[in-house]
Amino acid sequence: MNLAFRDVRHNLFRFLLTCLGLSLLMAVVLSMIGIYNGLVVDALTIVRAPDADVWVVEARTQGPFAEASRIPGDTRDAIARLHGVEEAGSLTYQTAEATFGGRTHRLYLVGVEPGRLGAPSDLAAGRPIGRSHHEIVADVGAGLALGDRIPLGRDTFEVVGLVRDQVNSGGDPAIYLPLRDAQRLQFELAPPAARVQIARGAAIEGKNTVNAVVARLAPGASAEAVVETVRRWKHLAALTEAEQEHLLTASVVDRARRQIGLFMGILLAVSAVVIALIIYTMTMEKLRQIATLKLIGAPDRTIVGLIVQQSLALGGVGWAFGLILVMLIKDVFPRRVVLEPVNALALAGIVFVVCIAASGLGVRAALRVDPATALGG
Amino acid sequence: MAPRDTLVEISGISKHFGEGEARVDALREVGLSVAAGEVVALLGPSGSGKTTLLNVIGCILDPDAGRMVLDGETVFDGRWLRGNLRRLRLDKIGFIFQFHNLLPFLDATDNVALVLHLAGHDGATARRRAVELLDYLEVGNRKDAMPAKLSGGEAQRVAIARALANSPRIILADEPTAALDSHRAGIVMDLLRRLAAEQDACIIAVTHDEKIYDRFDRIFHLRDGRLESQEGA
Repeated sequence: MNLAFRDVRHNLFRFLLTCLGLSLLMAVVLSMIGIYNGLVVDALTIVRAPDADVWVVEARTQGPFAEASRIPGDTRDAIARLHGVEEAGSLTYQTAEATFGGRTHRLYLVGVEPGRLGAPSDLAAGRPIGRSHHEIVADVGAGLALGDRIPLGRDTFEVVGLVRDQVNSGGDPAIYLPLRDAQRLQFELAPPAARVQIARGAAIEGKNTVNAVVARLAPGASAEAVVETVRRWKHLAALTEAEQEHLLTASVVDRARRQIGLFMGILLAVSAVVIALIIYTMTMEKLRQIATLKLIGAPDRTIVGLIVQQSLALGGVGWAFGLILVMLIKDVFPRRVVLEPVNALALAGIVFVVCIAASGLGVRAALRVDPATALGG
Repeated sequence: MAPRDTLVEISGISKHFGEGEARVDALREVGLSVAAGEVVALLGPSGSGKTTLLNVIGCILDPDAGRMVLDGETVFDGRWLRGNLRRLRLDKIGFIFQFHNLLPFLDATDNVALVLHLAGHDGATARRRAVELLDYLEVGNRKDAMPAKLSGGEAQRVAIARALANSPRIILADEPTAALDSHRAGIVMDLLRRLAAEQDACIIAVTHDEKIYDRFDRIFHLRDGRLESQEGA
């Protein structure tokens, strides 16, 4: 005879209501885990998008994401000629705001060379950039559709392709545009400013500047060897893909990651306290019944089982409801929520431990109940 | 007529609470014996020690000194002679409470079957025996009812069935009729008397209910922790 199950069945509505409250708490914890993961995944998305092995940037910088980096546009040719390099491409990165659809959007503009490394390849819809001007491939998160036209700088661009889940570490959707257009946007002075510069006799900065050059190596080629070669050139620095990813997670998103991690820890602690309180209160309400059980000869294991099983049922149902809830609403979040099976299982493990620990208070109270309490009014 | 077994035999039982000026001697060298088939009452003013005595006989409270023999087994002689008092209670003693104390989440049958289940009977046997007991106590028609749906009298009968489930020969009752009107109290007392006779058990009840004094074979009067007198055969 399972007393825990019978008690739950008898007070089913109350149990489910408690589970609902707990599941909302679990949903918040799972959301935070998902947001935490999303932050890291988002940060790495742009780095992984070119599918490059080596990043070449300005000397003594850790660009182009952790620090600003500017290198000559013809660097790509030099890199492409290196031993072991199969393919190379120039890239620019900048954040911009554009107004379309009645509101202002923050976008992450990625200048790419059409047909070269760095251009988006895995399209969700449409086609790659085919002309060297005024075509863009946008992340679906920007809310653009194929054929839409948006103003960027002094030009208007047409959406010819769509990609998914391409955002920067701040969650801004990526817009891929031809390198020349991106360079104009980033480096070309507005005509009045250019006229002033010319009038002052100052040199106009060359426009053929990029933020980074990416390279894909031939099978069997050593990324470290290519990096070492590039570093010897003094005016350039190079990082492997792994170093670039480490830089992003260790510096660019580290503070946000730690902030969310700490908040997640606090949430878990709060959940533990709430579960402990619920179990303790449930036990305290049953003290007379527990005293009666003791008086009629029930062993401690029966009483401990009653409390621990209910605690685990509460935690298990709360966890399951919470998981279902997050899976249903995760796409509503403005930023990506990435929940891996291992995260859900880890939380299940934590909830299990918390429930067992939380039952401890209730079990302690139950075992201290004097069976004589059952006697008398 | 063959002499009946002595089921409860205590001698020199003492129990105190507190120390120094706060010391209260709840029981002072109390001795009594109750035979099978007897229904006896413990009477006395508040604080006289009757509930303490019931708790001691029920193996819930440790006496300071004395000797106690339950159903032929010496269970206390200056110290407990059995390690597992809960098992002792399960084997030898049935309890009937002032407020039936049925578990609200079990139906009438399962409340009774629980004791048998704890004693090691399988589920089917426990439920069959529970239904038999409920029928015997004339509440078989309410076997599937939850305690909240039972009347006071019905709930007390189910509680009595639970006390009898493991066939204990010692039944301790704490104000068994306090929550019942005089008519139902009379019915419950008649039932307890019948049980004592038919089950060859003894019943020791703490009561303040004067209406039922005449239903007891003997009445033990306690005052200030001492057994002052006894009435009856």
